[in-house]
Amino acid sequence: MPDTGITEERLNGAAIVLKALQEQGVDVIFGYPGGSVLPIYDELFKQNSIRHVLVRHEQGAVHAAEGYARSTGKVGVVLVTSGPGATNAVTGLMDALMDSIPVVCLTGQVPTHLIGNDAFQEADTTGITRPCTKHNYLVKDVDQLARTVHEAFFVAKSGRPGPVVIDLPKDVVMALGTYTEAPKTSAPSKQHTAYKPRVVPDRAAVEAAVELMRNSKRPVFYTGGGVINSGTRASELLRELVKLTGFPITSTLMGLGAFPAADEQWLGMLGMHGLYEANLAMFHCDVMINIGARFDDRVTGNLKFFSPNSKKIHVDIDPSSINKNVIVDIPVLGDCAHVLEEMIKIWKEKGGSKVEAKAHKTWWRQIEEWRARDCLKFEQKGKIIKPQYAIQRLYELTKNRKTFITTEVGQHQMWAAQFYRFEEPNRWLTSGGLGTMGYGLPAAVGAQMANPDALVVDIAGEASILMNIQELSTAVQFRLPVKIFIINNQYMGMVRQWQELLHGGRYSESYTDALPDFVKLAEAYHCAGLRVSDPDKLDDTIKEMMSINKPVIVDVLVDQKENCFPMIPSGKAHNEMILSAEDTTKKVITGEGLALV
Amino acid sequence: MGTHMAKTPQKPEPEEQAANIYEGSIPLARLKDKDIYRHVMAVLVDNESGVLARVVGLFSGRGYNIESLTVSEVDKEKKLSRINLVTSGTRQVVEQIKAQLGRLVPVHIVHDLTDEGPSVSRELALVKVRGVGEKRVEALRIGDIFRSNVVDSTTESFVFEVVGSDQKVDAFIDLMKPLGLVEVSRTGVAAIARGTKGVQE
Ligand SMILES: Cc1ncc(C[n+]2csc(CCOP(=O)(O)OP(=O)(O)O)c2C)c(N)n1
Ligand SMILES: [Mg+2]
Repeated sequence: MPDTGITEERLNGAAIVLKALQEQGVDVIFGYPGGSVLPIYDELFKQNSIRHVLVRHEQGAVHAAEGYARSTGKVGVVLVTSGPGATNAVTGLMDALMDSIPVVCLTGQVPTHLIGNDAFQEADTTGITRPCTKHNYLVKDVDQLARTVHEAFFVAKSGRPGPVVIDLPKDVVMALGTYTEAPKTSAPSKQHTAYKPRVVPDRAAVEAAVELMRNSKRPVFYTGGGVINSGTRASELLRELVKLTGFPITSTLMGLGAFPAADEQWLGMLGMHGLYEANLAMFHCDVMINIGARFDDRVTGNLKFFSPNSKKIHVDIDPSSINKNVIVDIPVLGDCAHVLEEMIKIWKEKGGSKVEAKAHKTWWRQIEEWRARDCLKFEQKGKIIKPQYAIQRLYELTKNRKTFITTEVGQHQMWAAQFYRFEEPNRWLTSGGLGTMGYGLPAAVGAQMANPDALVVDIAGEASILMNIQELSTAVQFRLPVKIFIINNQYMGMVRQWQELLHGGRYSESYTDALPDFVKLAEAYHCAGLRVSDPDKLDDTIKEMMSINKPVIVDVLVDQKENCFPMIPSGKAHNEMILSAEDTTKKVITGEGLALV
Repeated sequence: MGTHMAKTPQKPEPEEQAANIYEGSIPLARLKDKDIYRHVMAVLVDNESGVLARVVGLFSGRGYNIESLTVSEVDKEKKLSRINLVTSGTRQVVEQIKAQLGRLVPVHIVHDLTDEGPSVSRELALVKVRGVGEKRVEALRIGDIFRSNVVDSTTESFVFEVVGSDQKVDAFIDLMKPLGLVEVSRTGVAAIARGTKGVQE
């Protein structure tokens, strides 16, 4: 008998969904029940291979799935009910779309015969999520269920990864149907035969890129989240290529960890709050090698003055990223690992750089001069903890453990990116593209779920943490000993910083008044709560935090007025950075810059 | 929308084409050209619910122009629909539009008919004109000149069916305005490449 992949056994739709998830290797689902998904929850109850993590808000479910996905490289899975369950998930889906995180989100839906009738808890989920997913499905036929789930996983993780929604009407998950196995080939999509993202690059393009690199006197690697998404192999190959060429390397917020921060070729993060040496290298380079980054506005600053004298190579798996913001000389379409492998091969074949070693030496000497400015310099003196110091100490005390860092959004996030030094990919989980306050705690829950023995720390702001604080309950229930390290400055610090810069220091609504007592809050959730305001007690507090085998909130009271530097003000170029508070008065934002975000 | 000013892009010079050595590379001078051009595109998509919303949502969400968009199933067996669309933008924007369309999961092929060589495009319009006496006779005369068919008539009105390039349809409608134009219904542009090659080849 020909193997059609179809088994004769009749199952209900919910069982088919579970079976498909199992076949896809899913071991954890983050979700929240409700009327339309009860049949699926019933099937969940009857099996043991998939664990369900009950979150406290559906946004948390998606961020947790993102945390799981980013810390493992696997697809994160979400299950939520129709209507409010689905709409609550929207922010998470958009976050995953912007940061290219593979997530499959199953949403319940009212029975097909009620769709369009304004039924109880009906929402047009495919309509609402169309612009915030890579793709979405409404399954109307139980016999298409298994196939759709398989295809959804393929779409979520292949090409440029992203979130995929499968909307499941209740009558479909209750109907009897047949199961279809996942196709054995790598391109399983039976419904969408056209979907075949390009992975292997055009050899001629890579050759042209390498030729530019060989002739470059002032090169710089500019890498991004694409390297991380491509898998650990890509990070290994990146390290090899960077070593081979001897070129300096910087990375976006999303790409941190792909290249080790301890390496001397590492320039640190670039962009709005990036390092002076990284941004100036971008400005003055003659060849820019962009690998898996997307010329985001946080990175480029004013496009008119962006790296004016360089030839640009852009490696990306998504054709729509190429020439979108910045017109490049050599586009290379393909998966980072494949392209890097090819680059290494050709670089070796052709015998390496063609320019005199002297040119590169001069370039490095220039970079060392920029480095000598020590742009992250801060002074920890007196009795008040500087936020930078808090993160620096956290780094020093946790660096020898397998540590995952998540963040919320704001100044603390940027300080974390500047002062926590990552040696490995997949250890740094932050909301880059969407900048979602409330991301860090649920993401930590997801990462801890996937890495039970690791230390998972959410570096948080006192404002952001309140956006998904309910997930503390999830952490407690599932014995996930996540640590919440609040850089408490009593302000929406990043908002306050912009108000100082752009709005005459009028702090409209940026003071975080009426804060809870975070120690008591932790205790109310059955967690441990610690507070520290004395710099001399910081280390002990961090050590204590690490020694407690349950969720901990550490309320670190820091200097309220500290601002995050360096900074490229909106509308300015890479060579117009503000390096310190004193510098701010000299470089006023005017004109178009005022309207930018 | 300011699209009436849009120009038709020039074909690349031979040496520019030679510079096109690898996939996806477009001569830089062309990409940096800030002039706005009008492009007719053919997009083959899986005929499934939501696909048109995906395409239209892409245009509205990203702020691209749509001058005309038509969609119809063209292959029942393979369940394929063809979307014909007319858009305009700088070269950089038009390349973005094609790339954004191309990465939608149900999209099979995006063809830029304007770029890829000669193509023909047609639009059909039904045009209702009301009038008596000399105006009525004049409307009929113009209808003749444009080789239109009269598909409905009363003693005081005609419905003309006019087929041609969208410019021809525009011209026809303009001429009918002083003669009692009442209503226009247009199909939007259908376009196809000249020559032997098919859209999927
Ligand atoms: C959901 C959401 N709402 C609003 C914002 C805008 N925003 C960016 S940073 C910030 C302040 C964050 O304050 P806090 O968490 O205390 O961090 P800090 O900047 O003080 O370190 C705000 C309101 C956002 N990024 N996300
Ligand atoms: Mg704060």
